[in-house]
Order: sequence, then structure tokens, then C-alpha cells
Amino acid sequence: MTSESTSEHIQHSLTGGVERLEVDPVNAPEKRNLYKAREPIYPKRVHGKFRKLKWIVMALTLGVYYILPWLRWTRGEGEPDQAILIDFAGSRFYFFFIEIWSDELYYVTGLLILSALGLFLATALFGRVWCGYTCPQTVWTDLFIAVERWVEGDRNQRIKLDRARWTGDKIRKKSVKHILWILIGMATGGAWILYFHDAPTLAQEFFGGRAPFSAYFYFALLTFTTYIFAGSMREQVCTYMCPWPRIQAALTDAETLQVTYRRDRGEPRGPHKKGDDWDGRGDCVSCRACVAACPMGIDIREGPQLECINCALCIDACDSIMDKVERPRGLIAYDTDANVARRLVKEPTRFRFFRPRVFLYAGALAIVGTVMLFAFTTRATINVSVQRDRIPPYVLLSDGSVRNAYTVKVTNRSNLRRDFEVTFDSSTNLVVSGVGEAIDNNTLHISLAGDETRPLRLFLTLPAGSEAGRSLPVNITALVQDDAETATVDTVFLSGER
Amino acid sequence: MADNEIDSHSGVETTGHEWDEIKELNNPLPRWWLIVFYATVVWSIAYWIAMPAWPGISGYTKGLREHSERENVVAAVAALDEEREAQMTRLIKASSISEIESDPELLQFSMAAGKSLFGDNCATCHGAGGQGFPGYPSLVDDAWLWGGTLDDIQQTIHYGIRSGHSDTRFNIMQAYGRDGLLNRDQVDDLASYVVSLSGRDADPEAIERAAPLFAQQCTTCHGADGTGDTAQGAPDLTDAIWLYGGDAVTIRQSIHNGRGGVMPYWTERLSETQITALAVYVHALGGGE
Repeated sequence: MTSESTSEHIQHSLTGGVERLEVDPVNAPEKRNLYKAREPIYPKRVHGKFRKLKWIVMALTLGVYYILPWLRWTRGEGEPDQAILIDFAGSRFYFFFIEIWSDELYYVTGLLILSALGLFLATALFGRVWCGYTCPQTVWTDLFIAVERWVEGDRNQRIKLDRARWTGDKIRKKSVKHILWILIGMATGGAWILYFHDAPTLAQEFFGGRAPFSAYFYFALLTFTTYIFAGSMREQVCTYMCPWPRIQAALTDAETLQVTYRRDRGEPRGPHKKGDDWDGRGDCVSCRACVAACPMGIDIREGPQLECINCALCIDACDSIMDKVERPRGLIAYDTDANVARRLVKEPTRFRFFRPRVFLYAGALAIVGTVMLFAFTTRATINVSVQRDRIPPYVLLSDGSVRNAYTVKVTNRSNLRRDFEVTFDSSTNLVVSGVGEAIDNNTLHISLAGDETRPLRLFLTLPAGSEAGRSLPVNITALVQDDAETATVDTVFLSGER
Repeated sequence: MADNEIDSHSGVETTGHEWDEIKELNNPLPRWWLIVFYATVVWSIAYWIAMPAWPGISGYTKGLREHSERENVVAAVAALDEEREAQMTRLIKASSISEIESDPELLQFSMAAGKSLFGDNCATCHGAGGQGFPGYPSLVDDAWLWGGTLDDIQQTIHYGIRSGHSDTRFNIMQAYGRDGLLNRDQVDDLASYVVSLSGRDADPEAIERAAPLFAQQCTTCHGADGTGDTAQGAPDLTDAIWLYGGDAVTIRQSIHNGRGGVMPYWTERLSETQITALAVYVHALGGGE
């Protein structure tokens, strides 16, 4: 909608060299006076490969977020057909073909550990790529800035608008912007709640006013946080609220690939007029395009800083300037501190990807991943638990035989109704009986619906006169009749002093 | 504060605190952070006014919303009771134990209800697991004084044994020795005879002497072969289960002093459905017939 003024400015100013933009790094160290209100940052639009990459990543991440709850996945009768569903009421987490029960939450814990280690590894190698490209705070802020630019214009127009008196036009622009922001926030909150309930049903209930209170509450909460975090707080969230930047400082080192101002090439900096000699000076023409593009309000030329989210927009900004002044691109680029130091002492540059910390993070990732994969592929679809009656430990019957009671719980961890066979194995001939279950030849046949758990009250009786020790080992085995998967629990039969 | 030095690097005043030559800067908080902080202060004051907050001498401030967690719990329990009413109704309608036991959902419900009722009312005498104690029958074995069907168990819970209720189960095991119905030697002989009934060794002469005594005094209730009669609550003397103990000395005591344990009636203390649930639970402990 607005004129994309960067290139025009540059074009226009090329006649007399590159124009020096009027911009100060808002969060420069000497200006960090925290008692002051947040100073607004007006990031200037840039064009380039990283900007393109960020648009693509934004489209992908937002697309995934908004579309995912609507994907269907057939699981069987009585089961939700939503591909991704966090079902709190049913204590289940559904992810396509994976179904995690609440007692298997360690898989979720494992997944979180994998995510953390993956983040460690990526950060050690490539710096804050998570922050720069995929963090929701970055993605939504980027989207909000795009909306802001579409409505109010680019950097200079926005500054002018904010300084201007309140006119009809200013009111119109500001209201349109905030309405669009709130609409995006509502879409965000609306999509969030769909992950916790059948999406089409909830959507219908939601608009009909029949959805549960929690749906409206979390819709409102996510709408509010999206609007505030991406609209008003932006870089404050990263700098003051998020712990991750501080942790990442410990994960990176001089060999980590980061958005870097190559001071070896840029210094000494200074304004440059077309036709001036490039000898005896650096490539930085002090145009401050990198500062104007920065959504965090810092000057990348100060070196690595806590605020820098490595979004690489300053790379694009600087590259277009380098094109204009006909110097090679990459004055600001993904590079390492170590390489900058090497070039300063005329050493050949290199990328040391294989560092101890990289092996450490990758090794931990591989170990956890392998354990998780093994645990997951071999996890049981049947579960048996046995609780032996402890009061009394055994019962003497009138004919002198001895009986023990057990509560056996069989769980069908599958979505289909299946038939199970429960058998009892011991060295002595124990007779099986039960309450309300047909028992044939010491074997119990039960049919369980998908996800069903059945507690069985069963008795083992040692006939009178049998010779048995005080404690007799017994194995209780449940067998899935179709696929022969079994689960066995060891227990004992007690017969007391004989 | 005015004396505090200004940090040369940041231009910020220090607090004067220093650890290992690292000095603490006196940076003020971001404004939005302060606003959030003051908002929590305002929130807490609003909370005191709206909700129960301050303790007093004989009570506490109730708050404008008159919120009461205790009342919420009472309401939740009432709601739960109402929900359970449906299951309770099904339990009343179920006529036989087989009907209840063949319905897993109903069985689970009555077992759960029965278990808590048992713990509250029965465990004191019969034990937490229904295992019983000398003089208090075990409910987990297969020997029943008054019958082990669901109806029998229900009847016993309803009206008790020697409970004083007009419909109570009742019988008398006389104090044969103490009341002078039999002399000391006769009691000794009878004890030997009863020991032999359950297949154990006893003095053959004593058994011979006691046989006519047993036929005369005991068979009315315990039966000619000593296997007892559940209709009269007379225990089987031939099996391995002894309410008061099966050794010769205890059997002699039982004959000499008589026995007359009491089980209270519950018909006015527990509801019909509670008694049914309790009966199902006792039946499922393992001994039910």
C-alpha cells in the first residue's frame, strides 16, 4: 500500500553518495535509562533474501498454527477424529497416529527435552535462529509491524504520524491498525482453543454462545496477550520477560555463526561520496540503514548484544546499500566473532562446526532421541496391574483349602475392541475363580472396548492337603488374542504357616 | 544515596553493594513493569474487599462476593449425590446378585460404595478386609452361620443377630456347664467328641461316652452329623472354620459357658440401597454363595 521508500531514497540520494539516515539506536548502551517509558522503535522496511526467508517462515508457521486443528485423522469408532487434540477431559493427547495417555506423560517430557536439546544444538551452531525466525513473539510482532506499515506507511511516515496532531486521518489510521491487530489477536486466541476440543463442534458452539467458559476465557486471554505483546511490548518481551536470551548467551561462543558486523572490513567508517576513493577506509558508510531496519532498536555494529534476536534484517538492509555503493555484499553477515578476529590478524577464516559443545549437545540429543524412539516403538498396547489383597493375606476355607484374592486390572490401550485371555501360571495347581466373570479351564476371557480398563476380582485357591511353601510365585498374563501381544505381572500366593 | 558513586562504564549510580569487586547498579525498573507491580497492589486490595480475607477474633471478613469454599464443597457433594442417585436406583431395582455381578458397571459402583460403607460401619468388628477376629466371623471365607446368599447377607445386615430388633436373627447356645445342664466330665467328653467331628484325633472312650449326649443335646441345632444348620445359625462343627477357636480348650469353654455374639441391626441406620451395596461388597469379598 505504501511506497517502499528505501530503494527510492537510495536511488534519489545516489547522486550525492548515500544519504545519511536520521536515526539513533534507541537501545544503545549509553541510552538504557530504564526509568523512562519504552521508546517506540520504527523498523524500516528492507528487501532481500533474509526478508524473503522470514516471509516464508511466517507463512509456514502461521499456516501450521491456524490450519492444524482442522486436520482430521480417522481413529475408529468413538474416538476423536482430530489430528492434533489435547483432550483434558479424557486425559489423552492425540497427535496423528500417536495417542498418549495421561500416565504416559513421560513421552511429552521426553519431547520437551528433545526440543530443548535441539534448541541448544541449533543455538551453538547458528546462534539465535529460533528467536530470529520461528519464535511466536517474533512471528506475530513481524506480522503486526507489516500491518502497521500497510496502514500507516514506512518508518518516516510512521514517525511523522506519531508526532502529528490528532486529525481525522490520524484517528482513522490508528483505529484501522488497532482493529486489524485485535482481529489477528482474536484469530490467534480462536485457533488456540481449537487444539483442546473438536474444532468444528467448538467453532459452532463458540459462535452460538454455547461453548464452555474456559473456551471464552482462553480466547480472550490469547487475544489480549497477542495484541499487547506483538502490538505494544514487542522487544520488551524479549529483553525483559523472556529467559531464553540469557540462557542462549551461555550456549554460544566465538565460533557460533551469528549476525555479525565485520568490523575488520567496515572500519574506519565514515560517509562516502560517489567517486571518493575506498583506500584507507572501511566499507561502512555510516548510513545507519542497519539501525533503521532493526526491530530491537540496537546498532549491530556495537557487536553481539543481549537484545539482538539475529533476525538478519540488518544484513538485507546493509546488502542493498553495498549494492548501491558497488562494494561486495556481506559487510553485515552470518559470521563468527572468531573469524572477525582472524581476519584482523590476516589469518585464514574457517568455520569450526565441530566443537566440544556441539558434540555434547548432539550426543545428548541422539541419546534421548534413541531412548524415546525405542520406548515409543516398543510400548505396550495392553496393560495389566495386580493388587493382591493384604487384609487378610490368605483365607482358610471350610474344607481346609487356602484362598488368596487379587484385583487384576486389564487395560486395552488401543482404539479397537479386542478380546483378551487372562491366564495364571504357577508350579502348583491353583484353582481360579472370580466374581461375575466366566472362567473356563483356569482361563478368563474378556472383551474390552477401546481405551477400556476392567478391574477383575479374582481368587486363587490351593486345594486342601496340597504341599506348597508359604509363598508361591504366580504369573498373571494377559494376552491379546489377535496379535498375541502379552503382558505379565509377577505376584505371589501366600498360604501361611502350615 | 547521594554519596553513591556513578559507574563510569554505564553512567548509572551504584547501590553501594559490592561482591568480589562486582558492583550493583541502581537501575530503575521499566515503567510497564512498575505499572504491573502497582496493578497487583490494587488487585490485592480489591481482593480483600471482594473475597474473604482477614481473620478476626470470632470470625473473618466475609467479602462482598460472600464466597465460601466450604459451601462450594457442600454443593459439589450434593451434586455428586444426585449424580449417584441414578446408579442407586438401578441398584435398588436389581433383584439378584447375579444381575448385579453380570453388569460390570453396576458391580464396580456397588463395590466402591460398599467398600466405604464397610470401612465406616463394619470394619471395627469384622476387620478392614472382612477377615474377622475370634468371636467376630470372617466374611471372606466360605463358612456362613446364617447363610451366604445375597438375600441372607442382606437380612443379617438389616436386622442383625441377637440385636434386640423384633426381626432379629436369634438362637441360643446354652451354657451347659455353668448352668448345670451337664456336669464337668460330660462337658469334657463332649469337647473331645466335637474335636473328632472335624477329623482330628481324640480320646476314643470319651467319644463313645459323649455320642448319646451329643445326640440328645446338640443335634437339634448342629444336626446329627454336626454339619450345622444355616436356618438356625448353627455352625458346622466338621469343617476347618471356628468362630471362637477350634482347639479342645476353646471348644470346652464354648460348651461350658455358651456363646451369644451380637451383631447390631442396621435397618434404621443405613438406607436400603446402602445395605444392598454393602451386601454385594461382602458377597464379593470371596465367600458369597
